[in-house]
Amino acid sequence: MPFNLLVLSCFAYVALLFGVAFWAERRAALGRAGWLRSPWVYTLSLSIYCTAWTFYGAVGYAARSGLEYITIYMGPTLVFVGWWWILRKLVRIGRQAHVTSIADLISARYGKSNLLGAMVTGIAVLAATPYIALQLQSVTLSFNVFASGAPEGWVLAGRDATSVWVAAGLALFTILFGTRRLDAQERHHGIVTAIAVEAVVKLVALLAVGIFVVWGLAGGISATIAQIAASDLAQWELKPGRWAGLIMTAGMAVICLPRMFHVLVVENVDERHLATAGWAFPAYVCAMSLFILPIAVVGLARLPAGANPDMYVLTLPLAEGQGALAMLAFLGGFSSATSMVIVETVALATMVSNHMVVPLWLRLRPAGEVSRGMIMQSRRLAIMGVLALGWGYYRLSGGSAAQFLPVMLGGIFWRGATRAGAAVGLSLGFAVWVWALLLPSFGQGAVIAAGVFVEGPFGIGWLRPQALFGIGGLDPLLHAVLWSLALNVGGFCVVSLLTFPGPVERMQGAAFVNVFEVDATAPQGWAQGKAAPEDLLVMSQRILGDEAAQALFAQLAAGQGKAGYLPDPTPQVMEQVERKLAGSVGAAAAHAMISQLAGRSVVTVEDLMAVAGETAVAMENAARLAAREAELTVAAQALAQANEKLTQLSAQKDAFLSQISHELRTPMTSIRAFSEILTSGDVPAGMVARSGQVIQDEAARLTRLLDDLLDLSVLENGAVQLTVTLVNLSGLIDRALAAAAHVRPERTLTVIRDVTSEQIFVTTDADRLVQVLINLIANARKYCDAATPELRIAVKQRGGRMMVDMIDNGSGIPAASQSLIFEKFARLADETRAGGAGLGLAICREVMANLGGSVVYLPGQGGAAFRVVFPMRLARAAA
Amino acid sequence: MRGKPLFLGRKGYRARRLRDAARMLPVLGLVLVLLPVIWAPGVRAVVGDAIYLFMVWLGLILAAWLLGRGLMQGDGRADEGGDDAL
Repeated sequence: MPFNLLVLSCFAYVALLFGVAFWAERRAALGRAGWLRSPWVYTLSLSIYCTAWTFYGAVGYAARSGLEYITIYMGPTLVFVGWWWILRKLVRIGRQAHVTSIADLISARYGKSNLLGAMVTGIAVLAATPYIALQLQSVTLSFNVFASGAPEGWVLAGRDATSVWVAAGLALFTILFGTRRLDAQERHHGIVTAIAVEAVVKLVALLAVGIFVVWGLAGGISATIAQIAASDLAQWELKPGRWAGLIMTAGMAVICLPRMFHVLVVENVDERHLATAGWAFPAYVCAMSLFILPIAVVGLARLPAGANPDMYVLTLPLAEGQGALAMLAFLGGFSSATSMVIVETVALATMVSNHMVVPLWLRLRPAGEVSRGMIMQSRRLAIMGVLALGWGYYRLSGGSAAQFLPVMLGGIFWRGATRAGAAVGLSLGFAVWVWALLLPSFGQGAVIAAGVFVEGPFGIGWLRPQALFGIGGLDPLLHAVLWSLALNVGGFCVVSLLTFPGPVERMQGAAFVNVFEVDATAPQGWAQGKAAPEDLLVMSQRILGDEAAQALFAQLAAGQGKAGYLPDPTPQVMEQVERKLAGSVGAAAAHAMISQLAGRSVVTVEDLMAVAGETAVAMENAARLAAREAELTVAAQALAQANEKLTQLSAQKDAFLSQISHELRTPMTSIRAFSEILTSGDVPAGMVARSGQVIQDEAARLTRLLDDLLDLSVLENGAVQLTVTLVNLSGLIDRALAAAAHVRPERTLTVIRDVTSEQIFVTTDADRLVQVLINLIANARKYCDAATPELRIAVKQRGGRMMVDMIDNGSGIPAASQSLIFEKFARLADETRAGGAGLGLAICREVMANLGGSVVYLPGQGGAAFRVVFPMRLARAAA
Repeated sequence: MRGKPLFLGRKGYRARRLRDAARMLPVLGLVLVLLPVIWAPGVRAVVGDAIYLFMVWLGLILAAWLLGRGLMQGDGRADEGGDDAL
């Protein structure tokens, strides 16, 4: 098959994956995720467990060790059929705590500890890079199979060149679709869909090769069985230790591998999908392993002795002249490699960014701003770093991811597990793993001197790397897994029993272990939150993006019944913001950021306070209730006052009605009486003149009354026309005094003025102002009950406003009546001196309101005193 | 759990036992998969073991499918978790 065609179809396939990922992202962005969120896509995405190693290497494994290859699928099968037990709890916790990675889960469970997060990240990166390297290697190897077979196209520049290009392409894809969104809870639809497609491709490819081998080459099922029974593989050695150990390790790996945790927990959209995955994923891996043995047997029989059994899936169809099938197999292997690398890289990059870069950044620059762009950038760099590491690393070592299992399971099932225990367990297990498996894997004498393998370090025999505590003769992998896990569990349990967890840790522990019991056991970490809502919003905008953050805050504010974007920073609000941020940057970093804003950097002290926080909240609520009650009391008092005034007014109105009829009737009675005299005829001339005079006077009084009423209604409706001019205040007072002189002219009223202080020019409606002054002077003339009545007129100027006080030396107005005199038709009980209809002061008040001022009664001046206040310059707009 | 009735109705009882079965399934699977070790470790015939293992595998898949359906039907969520504490 032409090599060019292979490269071309490889590019076409990659382009297809890009297309699928873009399409899925678009659909999800448009809110039409639909079947993209089905349990089938979820199950297929889990197939990244089957890497290129299982795709190609399982056949080689079977050719070497018989049925032992089944262990790598049997472990996951047992874990998945038991999904109700562990997986369901993990997924529920992951959703509730907005977990972004396995490091985030462990860090969040043990009191949002950054140390643990960084430890887990470090171990995961160290453990995963060899696998990534292996995938890149397998792609290179499969390219070489074609290249060596038919070098008719361009000659390969070398396998390193191929793997560099593959690594670069994967980095591009991963960065494009893996760092598109920050909130890991929003999930990577593009990647998941592309991986589901790849899962189908690799299954179809392997099944196609298997069917071709069984029915095309071996000649049916029974013939295949016969061939197996007759081959070199008819017998296999079952090593009990390896058999059980590998099943267990594979079972642990399926939960603990960062990429598996990512698709299993982080990308899970619906817990119920587990019910489907619980049987469909075992079915998938069962189908993947169904034809491994026949392919191995037929390959051994048909291919030359020197052929690499790891490549039988590819070389068998090629040797039989099935180019298309070989191409399919190649794409299957390519799919296995790329999907694994993509997801592993996304998961690791998230962990590195959230648990190493951001905390480091926060520590180095306490006031530093953590922005969305910075996190994205760090994630992109981490993706490239992880892939570069994988490319540079060519050694295989297994069993390290299993170190997370005790800490993780202990964390979700045992409330007594503590941070110190987790740290000790992880470090012990990891150290043993490094000593017993990683370092020896470089070869005797490479890192550890050959003598140490025989005698132990410093001659301590029981510390020999492959025979710890004197137990030698075991399979090295099994030996390392056994001892590292034993010490891990031992250290974890013993230290957990001996130490006491911090408050945050205890609350997180309760929330994780009892995740199914109460949904609201979320820790109340911010009982005395002091962060300003603006700061919170600004920070959230940086992390979540403007729109998402504003939507979140608007929703939180609405939840408190407030409009706008700034909710009160209650503990609940802070908690929700923290959770949302945790979905983006991980629990520990989110906690640290909010701590910074809330002005709390020390965790232990504040969290002790947080334990007492519920009391504080209760007290706060009580205080708020008390304040509300006081408010209500004030409002009730105001209402009572208003009611009292209304009652008085109502009485006044009744009084007025009788008053006005009286007022109108008195002149009418006189007019009727005198006009009857006039009409009876035979009246002396003097009498006629007198009667006419009376009629005229009474008619004038009626007119005045009606004028007043009309005037008042115009003033009250604000429909009055003002004529604003520049006038001298002294002149106005002169006019008013002259005009008021005809009221009770028999009385002499001494007016005391300070004419110099009155020499002020004001801009106002002169006629209206004079009307008020006349009214006040006339009142003094009418009602001042002193033996020698006096009126003092004082003019003052205060801040652009004029104050004219009119004070007489009478007995004044009783306090009870002071609030009523400005009401319409109010007249004091003493009616003997009644002259008007009681409209005068009401009109005054309305006039002054129209002039932008007021007229009030001035108590405590030794007599009736009124103060007229008005602006020196009446704004024309108000006119 | 406190505050819950000690005895359940027939339907609730069935749902509980279904969950018990779901928890027992992986244990049963592990026992069945480890059975060859107990029979006779060492050199064994591949064909017989392969057929046995794939049969166990299919049985587990089938059982998980049936249990999953049952668990999702009885997924009242009202009383879940009560028996989740280990």
